[in-house]
Amino acid sequence: MRYGYYPGCSLERNAGAYHTSLMAVAAQLGVEFAEVDDWNCCGATEFIAVNRLRAYALVSRNLALAARQTNGSNGAARGQLVAPCSACFLNLSKVDHYLSESPALTNDVNNALAAGGLSYEPGSLRVRHLLDVMVNDVGYERVAATVRRPLRGLRVAPYYGCLVVRPGFRERFDDPEYPTSLDRLMRTLGATVVDFPLKAHCCGGHMTQISRDVALELIRRLLKNAADYQADMIVTLCPMCQLNLDAFQESVNSMFGTEYRIPILFFTQLMGLAFGLPPAAVGIGKEFIDARPALARIGAAPPAEAEAAPKRKPRRNDQSLPLPQMPEEE
Amino acid sequence: MATSASLSRTSDFFREVVAEAPVDPRLEACLQCGTCGGSCPSGPDMDHTPRALFAMIAAGMRDAVLRSNTPWYCVSCYYCMERCPQEIRITDVMYTLKRMAIKAGYSAQTSAPRAPGFAQTFVDHVENYGRSFELGLITRYYLSHRPLDALKMAPLGMGLLKRKRLDLSPRPIRQIDQLKAILDRAREIDAAAQLT
Repeated sequence: MRYGYYPGCSLERNAGAYHTSLMAVAAQLGVEFAEVDDWNCCGATEFIAVNRLRAYALVSRNLALAARQTNGSNGAARGQLVAPCSACFLNLSKVDHYLSESPALTNDVNNALAAGGLSYEPGSLRVRHLLDVMVNDVGYERVAATVRRPLRGLRVAPYYGCLVVRPGFRERFDDPEYPTSLDRLMRTLGATVVDFPLKAHCCGGHMTQISRDVALELIRRLLKNAADYQADMIVTLCPMCQLNLDAFQESVNSMFGTEYRIPILFFTQLMGLAFGLPPAAVGIGKEFIDARPALARIGAAPPAEAEAAPKRKPRRNDQSLPLPQMPEEE
Repeated sequence: MATSASLSRTSDFFREVVAEAPVDPRLEACLQCGTCGGSCPSGPDMDHTPRALFAMIAAGMRDAVLRSNTPWYCVSCYYCMERCPQEIRITDVMYTLKRMAIKAGYSAQTSAPRAPGFAQTFVDHVENYGRSFELGLITRYYLSHRPLDALKMAPLGMGLLKRKRLDLSPRPIRQIDQLKAILDRAREIDAAAQLT
């Protein structure tokens, strides 16, 4: 199986663990993701708030590049473009959808693209989310056959967030209110899936930068819901959800006086661990809330070393000349 | 009477909003049922629920609508759009109102004054490099829009840096000139449409 692959800005660095783990898992499953050459940002939720035509042209450049690369020069085949990030997936599929609906918009977009020697015909690509490919193309059976180290005993809250399941444009593959595909995928890996009623609720997206109070309350609800059902961790399929729940968890704790310590991992990281890959190969260790204690309990990661008390540099009070020192390892 | 209902919905401002949306938002179909506001995660923090805002658009209350924080507090979760019995493209209307507020110069006077600056800073980075650059985005956004809050973001930035989750310099795309040419052409098309 071969797909065009649109990583998106987050996977380059901030959600590097998502990229590393999905590539490692794809290699195990024999799936090839060919990165779209020289792709640009999808505009997230910001660009469309500033200008309409430029936002659509920005996304369409990616669609044009992907169609040229995956459909071949004659454009005969209808290639598939896979995005692991929910926002990228939404923007690519939505622009394709709206261009199909509006010939006037398509005309303007293609006029703009022509300035860069490109054009795009709406509908000439299938834009899909990574989870869709994993559960519907690869399939649960093949995933089950690849599992070497079932995640038995791990209680997982499956978190879908918004944009993969809503709105119901083409290439939606799960229920918009109560999706279950990630639940089943996690069960296939041997994990225990807890009930998670807020599984498709919003993490707040960019709201941490607009109104911190509104954002932290949205994040708190999700953490509380997972804690109420005694989840060992929340598993997600979106870089923004991961960042909000992970990096802002301490802010939630200090604002609400809570003591949540819930690790947030990408679903591909758990797939990799269940396939027998070592934690480092799937980017474990990049999260703010350390996932290793939970993973060590089920034997999927080496037990964490007892956390050493932060070393303070001893005050120098000897009067001898300073000697050269090796810089301390990180 | 159906005619009076549809007439009441065709204020100039209403037509302007519909025209500025990327595709027909079907706004005239709004029944005022309130499913949107009831589904909205940030609804309680908005000046007006989406339902109320749509009534205000129909009534031509341009000033109050464009000053509202409602579009800026929309988190793009699409619950309203999924549940709307009339299939109104509510999220797209919210984006449309954001653009109109910026264009009309209302953005700094809305009750969510930080949001437009964040969007604009993000867009500037994407136009210059072709990709998002988080360190630059956060640094410039805070220094130019919220200098007093900059220190609050420092621990998060350090945490991301320590985990190698933040780039120190942008990674421009190879054909940034091609992207700039496309976006410049889009600007010309916009400008030409303004004249007609």
